[in-house]
Amino acid sequence: MAELNSKIPKGPLTSKWTHYKDHQNLVNPSNKRKLDIIIVGTGLAGSAAAASLGEMGFNVKIFCYQDSPRRAHSIAAQGGINAAKNYPNDGDSIYRLFYDTIKGGDYRAREANVYRLAEVSNNIIDQCVAQGVPFAREYGGSLENRSFGGAQVSRTFFARGQTGQQLLLGSYGALSRQIKLGTVKLYNRHEMMDVVIVDGKARGIIARDLITGKLERHFGHAVIVATGGYGNVFYLSTNAMGSNTSAIWQIFKKGAWFANPCFTQIHPTCIPVHGDYQSKLTLMSESLRNDGRIWVPKRKEDAEAHRNGKLKANDIPEENRDYFLERRYPAFGNLVPRDVASRAAKERCDAGYGVGSTGLAVFLDFRESIGRLGKNVIEERYGNLFQMYEKIVDENPYVNPMMIYPAVHYTMGGTWVDYELQTTVTGLFAAGEANFSDHGANRLGASALMQGLADGYFVLPYTVQNYLAGEIRVARMPTDKAEFDEAEKAVQARLDKLMGIHGTRSVDHFHKELGKIMWEFVGMARNEAGLKKAIELIRQLRDDFWKDVKIPGTMNELNIELEKANRVADFLELGELLAFDALNRNESCGGHFREEYQTEEGECKRNDEDFKYVAAWEYVSEGQFKLHKEDLAYEEIEVKQRVYK
Amino acid sequence: MNLSFIRFSSITKKIWMAFLGLFLMIFLVVHLGINLCLLRDDGGAWFTAAAHFMGTNYIIKVFEIVLFAGFILHVFLGIVLQVQNWLARPVRYMVTNKTTTPFLSKYMIYTGGIVLVFLVIHFINFYFIKMGLVSNPNMTPEGEPDFYTIAIQLFSMPAYSLLYIVLFIVLGFHLNQAFQAAWQTLGVNHLQYNAFIRRFGIFYAIVVPLGFIIIPIYFLLIR
Amino acid sequence: MKLTLKIWRQKDAKSTGKFVTYPLDNISPNCSFLEMLDILNEQLIRKNEEPVVFDHDCREGICGMCSLYINGRPHGPDDAVTVCQLHMRKFSDGDTIVVEPWRAKPFPVVRDLMVDRSAFDRIIQEGGYISVNTGGAAEANNILVGKENAELAMDAAACIGCGACVAACKNASAMLFVSAKISQFALLPQGQVEAKQRVKKMVRMMDELGFGNCTNTYACEAECPKLISRSNIARMNREFMCAKVI
Repeated sequence: MAELNSKIPKGPLTSKWTHYKDHQNLVNPSNKRKLDIIIVGTGLAGSAAAASLGEMGFNVKIFCYQDSPRRAHSIAAQGGINAAKNYPNDGDSIYRLFYDTIKGGDYRAREANVYRLAEVSNNIIDQCVAQGVPFAREYGGSLENRSFGGAQVSRTFFARGQTGQQLLLGSYGALSRQIKLGTVKLYNRHEMMDVVIVDGKARGIIARDLITGKLERHFGHAVIVATGGYGNVFYLSTNAMGSNTSAIWQIFKKGAWFANPCFTQIHPTCIPVHGDYQSKLTLMSESLRNDGRIWVPKRKEDAEAHRNGKLKANDIPEENRDYFLERRYPAFGNLVPRDVASRAAKERCDAGYGVGSTGLAVFLDFRESIGRLGKNVIEERYGNLFQMYEKIVDENPYVNPMMIYPAVHYTMGGTWVDYELQTTVTGLFAAGEANFSDHGANRLGASALMQGLADGYFVLPYTVQNYLAGEIRVARMPTDKAEFDEAEKAVQARLDKLMGIHGTRSVDHFHKELGKIMWEFVGMARNEAGLKKAIELIRQLRDDFWKDVKIPGTMNELNIELEKANRVADFLELGELLAFDALNRNESCGGHFREEYQTEEGECKRNDEDFKYVAAWEYVSEGQFKLHKEDLAYEEIEVKQRVYK
Repeated sequence: MNLSFIRFSSITKKIWMAFLGLFLMIFLVVHLGINLCLLRDDGGAWFTAAAHFMGTNYIIKVFEIVLFAGFILHVFLGIVLQVQNWLARPVRYMVTNKTTTPFLSKYMIYTGGIVLVFLVIHFINFYFIKMGLVSNPNMTPEGEPDFYTIAIQLFSMPAYSLLYIVLFIVLGFHLNQAFQAAWQTLGVNHLQYNAFIRRFGIFYAIVVPLGFIIIPIYFLLIR
Repeated sequence: MKLTLKIWRQKDAKSTGKFVTYPLDNISPNCSFLEMLDILNEQLIRKNEEPVVFDHDCREGICGMCSLYINGRPHGPDDAVTVCQLHMRKFSDGDTIVVEPWRAKPFPVVRDLMVDRSAFDRIIQEGGYISVNTGGAAEANNILVGKENAELAMDAAACIGCGACVAACKNASAMLFVSAKISQFALLPQGQVEAKQRVKKMVRMMDELGFGNCTNTYACEAECPKLISRSNIARMNREFMCAKVI
């Protein structure tokens, strides 16, 4: 395969996208009807793309594993969506949004993509308001904004703590309208098993009907994968139970390179793990850090007494509390970016100051702000979060400080795509969290929703059309072609193999084991020895899995264990790549922290000289990956060290 | 009877139910007014006069048809809705629902049914006599049925009176739920008026049945 | 905690199902209800039996996928939560817990406790949206929405489409679900253009699919994990009347 070509349009940064749109190839309406597009995933990116391409007149088939497109995990985003509208008149602009995103990403994102993202951010808000998304309003009826981490301006639009839900329901509505009009056909409870490539171009997928267990063949002139991130490789994460890497892993194996897998984001404010049986971590909005103070006991004996249940948090006097974020980062205090806050909490817990029954938690204390602002104000601001906390933990956070711990939340890495969001396989596109393009090494709050919708509404409709303009002479292919046969056979063989193991241990057992390895060695802080160990352990676990996994039932029926096994099999390969990438990147930046590369104060030490590139991995064979580098050239922005002191 | 009612949308049927229910509630007040005449110690003069007016006035006669049609429709729609509702859950739950709902709100069809049974008895005793469908030995000198005597005879039977009292209590529960439900169905649900509607509904559901109940108590215990 | 579970098991849509009793021991009260089922499934798999199938995904109360009828209540004994956020501390040691799937004609059982709720998607497809194409939307602040209506619209829009309203209603009526969507758009200026068509089409589809009629028991409101108000049903009735009459 040729070297990476990011296909960034010529010209100044500010006019690249306009230039692209002005010169792209178009498809006339009568030809659009003859062109089929397959979209996998119904989150913000997938449903927005399906609705938009359907409106344009293409034939779209959309797939989701859930019972309805509205269940996609975009729905769980709480905080908000950024846009450079500058409504509060606080000096925001497209350039500033662009700059903050690049800086927040620790200078590991592609300038042209990020600038385009900032540019279309305003259109997203217009579009969503027109769709009836109930954003928060001022008394005068205009849209309200709030501030969010990593920015000095208020540019975040929000719908209470359910912004993701409202945006997704907006695009789900648009998608539903197209389904009714017949331009989009929905395949719910279907999982993509593999992509079909004909003469070097993506031409369809093999999907499994999860109800009947039957494999189906679907043809498309182009295939878009919008299946989200791979955070569940850690088993415990804030992702949904079904979130998986299988689609992007299968296309990886077919030639779509995987970029920056080691860039994973750990969110600092999650409810801590409380037992072995735990299946999921719940996120508490970052906004809590605006009024809550994070601390651990100063004395180890106090921490230990709390762990044993002999000492209550409120009984620890002020002078024996260590507000470690305020101590280490006096300028930003409790509001340092996610990666910094997470690492600081882990550092304290590893040093033996952690609290809670597991010792893996720190306090988030509202006592002072309740004293200063009154309980009412705190209740008004965070009432729903406090209530959620109480439901889960069974403790009143107005009286006792909350306990929090970091958890895996988002994956910046993903399928490598060029400026057109096309992968290294022609005709195969990746959008939303599934691709790597916009967040570099760390994502800012309220930017994931922005990227998903930007890709779906405002980028893919142009770039996919540009690609399809060259495909108008390609007639719909019958799905009994040899390539489809072969792909289906391979999928069938894999499922047969899984069903034929008849081992002794459940899929969850292996997934949990993998999660433990990942969290311990490839989690918040990584080092060379640990990563090497992780690779070894993962390989061993993978071997065990293929020898000893137990899947009851049969293949030709609804079989939840088979579904999970198929996903975990891919996680077991991805985990290895993640460790590989982390091992390769001998620097610390954003969400990737290598213990060998830190400043004396324990901060990230980036190495721009050697690592200012996107690491795109090519699949060679199991456990063998080849590295390709896409150099990141910064023309508009001066690359600086991130400092939050 | 026009059966196209069955094919009306669920909300249309509900709105008819609500309108008819409210209409019947107005009628009930009129009926109570006439019945209370029985309490006058005038040998039934007022009551007979009212019955005569109701039986002969042409406007009333027209309304009688409307009332009767409305009543039948209310019952008919209630049954249609109920059958559809049963069909909407072909497989029942094993554990009966434990959701907290307003008192007896789940049993409107049953309270309604009980009231209907009473009404049939009531029709046989009074309305069908007027229609000449049922023979009647008690006639006034003018040749009209002597409802006053019939009423007094009935109320002097303790069993009938007791039944009458129980049925009006059931009707009270039916009305209590019905009044606010009717306004909800008609789209009137507003913080400013909800409390009033609820209170008025309770007031009505107590006062009107109580008014009816006083009469047999009076005949049984006081006179 | 020691528990006795009675769970509805049904091989597929066509098979007849039955209740199967499973004893379960050593359950932590801090465990969520679904994690308790995970533990049961783990044990079943170990015994070479097929695990209990139930819908779930986000496990943080927002996707609307989880849908269990527990001891006579949709989403179980706690108020204002979905099953995934229901914790075992709401039960007592030694309890018998009966778990059933949602029961309604338009929600056929797929397997065990999993039902098919695509009927909701079909209702939304009839008009649960504002018909705007991508691109060309006007500047967002050209449309002003009063704070009060914006808040009410958001209250209605918070619906997660789980179907607890249908499951709780003695008539299996979908009025709360449908009215939440109708209300959201009825309260916003953007929604006015198609308002009449929207309410008529969505109600027609709701009826066609075989949902029951509303008899104002408000069980839907009482069980809604997102506390959607019945005032939305009144608003929908109003919208429907206006659409039909005017």
